[in-house]
Amino acid sequence: MSFFSNLLGGKSNSSAKVAKDRLTLVISHDRTDISPQLLENLRKEMIAVLTKYMEIDESNIDIGLDSNDRETSLVANIPVVRIKRGQPNR
Amino acid sequence: MSARVIVITSGKGGVGKTTSTANISVALAKRGKKVVAVDGDIGLRNLDMVMGLENRIVYNYIDVIENNCKLPQALVQDKRLKGYLSLLPAAQTRTKDAVTPEQMIELCDKLRPEFDFVILDCPAGIEGGFRNAAAGADEALVITTPEIPAVRDADRIIGMLESMGKSPIRLIINRFRPIMVQNNDMLSQDDVLDILSVDLIGVVPEDDGVIRASNSGEPLTFEQSTPAGEAYANIAARILGENVPMLQFDANSQSFLSGFKKMFGF
Repeated sequence: MSFFSNLLGGKSNSSAKVAKDRLTLVISHDRTDISPQLLENLRKEMIAVLTKYMEIDESNIDIGLDSNDRETSLVANIPVVRIKRGQPNR
Repeated sequence: MSARVIVITSGKGGVGKTTSTANISVALAKRGKKVVAVDGDIGLRNLDMVMGLENRIVYNYIDVIENNCKLPQALVQDKRLKGYLSLLPAAQTRTKDAVTPEQMIELCDKLRPEFDFVILDCPAGIEGGFRNAAAGADEALVITTPEIPAVRDADRIIGMLESMGKSPIRLIINRFRPIMVQNNDMLSQDDVLDILSVDLIGVVPEDDGVIRASNSGEPLTFEQSTPAGEAYANIAARILGENVPMLQFDANSQSFLSGFKKMFGF
């Protein structure tokens, strides 16, 4: 990466480039930082939707955001006890 | 008449909210619009001094909210642009808790029929003072400088303004230093826009005139003969929907050229 940016712009060591890279990274984290309240609301609504289709073990649900360098994923581990057959109740 | 209510905000302190509020308000008033500049910084008011109106304050909008006076009594008319420009001062001896967002919305609604523009100078931070100032606004101008702390805070504020439903939200890049950008030692306009992905309404170059103007209480846009004054006048024109080309500091093209020169060794 730095080889290519050296080749293309020759300014990989410039302080502006360093600033942009650091900002891009930290802002991508800032943007996906979720408040506990919001996460709790999300959790409740997800449970409400899921229980229309399956019986789930609500006491062992794990929901959170997982960030690595450039991407953020919503990771949910929800144990299923039993799938409800037929049409869900609306 | 129903005013457009615009909050000028930044998150970080000291990046030029008050200066921008004063200059944009003056520039809009010079264009024949009826403008009121509202100081949102209760307890730390400064817009009065930057506008040179500090000696003429009798009441403030806390007095209006608490029914100690009528709204017109609290408005300070700027005699330099009589009939077009007014200041609505904050209370200096109170705190941000003196008003609620609902009261600020009510205040803005009282101002709307009387003016073309209500320009709200927001305090720094993301707490009550910001929420109060932003509550009554339709649109927002976010100020940043091309520096890490200011850009990061601007991103936070833009997120909050979006969730409050303000639109449009447009960016002013302040204290831009073309030579530093040229030397790759300052984030360029494009860098900042890449990071924040928001619409740009103007770039204001670093200008000694800004400090001289605040020393004397005469916002630059009264004269418009300095680079920052011209930039603010252009921002006002863009607020009015005019298609004014961005000032060119030709730093980008120069740095591109010098990159070429380095590559080919001349």
